[in-house]
Amino acid sequence: MKKIGVLALQGAVREHSRSIEASGAQAVSVKRPADLIGLDALILPGGESTTMRRLIDRYEFMQPLRDFAASGKPMFGTCAGLILLAKEVVGYDEPHLGVMDVKVERNSFGRQIDSFEADLAINGLDAPFNAVFIRAPHIVSAGPSTEILCEHEGKIVMARSGQFLGCSFHPELTDDHRITQYFIDMVAAESMSDTG
Amino acid sequence: MNQQGTDRVKRGMAEMQKGGVIMDVVNAEQARIAEAAGATAVMALERVPSDIRKDGGVARMADPRITEEVMKAVSIPVMAKARIGHIVEARVLEAMGVDYIDESEVLTPADEEFHLLKNTYTVPFVCGCRNLGEAARRIGEGASMLRTKGEPGTGNIVEAVRHLRQVNAEVLRVVHMSEDELMTEARNLGASYEFLREVKSLGRLPVVNFAAGGIATPSDAALMMELGADGVFVGSGIFKSDNPEKFARAIVEATTHYQDYKLIAELSKNLGIAMHGIEISTIAAGERMQERGW
Repeated sequence: MKKIGVLALQGAVREHSRSIEASGAQAVSVKRPADLIGLDALILPGGESTTMRRLIDRYEFMQPLRDFAASGKPMFGTCAGLILLAKEVVGYDEPHLGVMDVKVERNSFGRQIDSFEADLAINGLDAPFNAVFIRAPHIVSAGPSTEILCEHEGKIVMARSGQFLGCSFHPELTDDHRITQYFIDMVAAESMSDTG
Repeated sequence: MNQQGTDRVKRGMAEMQKGGVIMDVVNAEQARIAEAAGATAVMALERVPSDIRKDGGVARMADPRITEEVMKAVSIPVMAKARIGHIVEARVLEAMGVDYIDESEVLTPADEEFHLLKNTYTVPFVCGCRNLGEAARRIGEGASMLRTKGEPGTGNIVEAVRHLRQVNAEVLRVVHMSEDELMTEARNLGASYEFLREVKSLGRLPVVNFAAGGIATPSDAALMMELGADGVFVGSGIFKSDNPEKFARAIVEATTHYQDYKLIAELSKNLGIAMHGIEISTIAAGERMQERGW
């Protein structure tokens, strides 16, 4: 069974763990760098990116997370998690992990009263996905190797770049586990190519 | 089609705050300190609860200038307080675009009988509760997030502990009750039957429940997490302490790593003096903020 970590500094950790278990993998809470050992992949959940960043810096978590990315293991960021993964964040001099070849903008759909849910057509999924956007970011531009999986109102809201998957919305807030399954399939394919 | 203001969108916003600390601030400078310390949101208000308690008089929604100043200063969500039952204060805050409204007993109630009908708003609401019945009534009116009432502005954790234990004990009781006992329990608690059925099937409250009212130290914050709070609100505890920046950072870290006692010991060293607390029994019954609302 694949072991999928969920960065558990703050945010929607429980929901991701539930979705991982519902998709037939094992969920592991990651609070400290040592918790990364033995994981097949890592999910960075929704929450507040500024809070997570401060806690990452405080516990010397940044380098272990970058090493995890460099090892080629799949990583999936939702909302704040996408902001943490991105190579560039609009309005900031430095990115956070800076590993996924996308440029993101924070709060790009407005404040909480503008937050919404919508049915999205996502490449690779057979039927629309009910997506919950909460003070969501979006992908302003993406590198050439990036596969755009979904756009909404002309904005990129889900993309895959090699081992990295990111989306603006919160699949973990619904009972539809197809996106988690998509990620777990990525993880399975990754370890097949390792052994092959 | 985009659907705004749905339960999922409003409750989901509170889900994203989990494991976090929401801090009371009275100006842009404090808001920036809170954000830099790792707060997941700030609560903009004119006076922190301990000053409201000290000054007396009527406490109202903050001057919109303060709320706007705070909204401009930070990128994290900004919450603001409206008086219980004050429809217009709530509508004004919604029109200003605040991210969450606290229908709060810290302010002087505008209506002693009726709380706001919160499901008619696009903006989500958080409300205080002391027990499962109160939680049920606020959620029934449309609250998307709960918090304990505690006894605000006292720096004394005892009431928040009482309220969180009470709610959690009542949730557990409902979860383990047989179906045929639920209607009587609904009558006894003053909660709807449907709400109790939902709690029973979920095994927990349907919305996030934070601790609030009396948290003054990193250990207080960790205690509330230990007792099952989803996160904490800190009112007077930070900016009424000796060293707000240090206190704010320490409380954020203690909330995340609430079972790492060596760390909490480190965080608590040389913090300076916490806010001066008040023993609850010295507050006249009529002056206890938790008695406001029902």
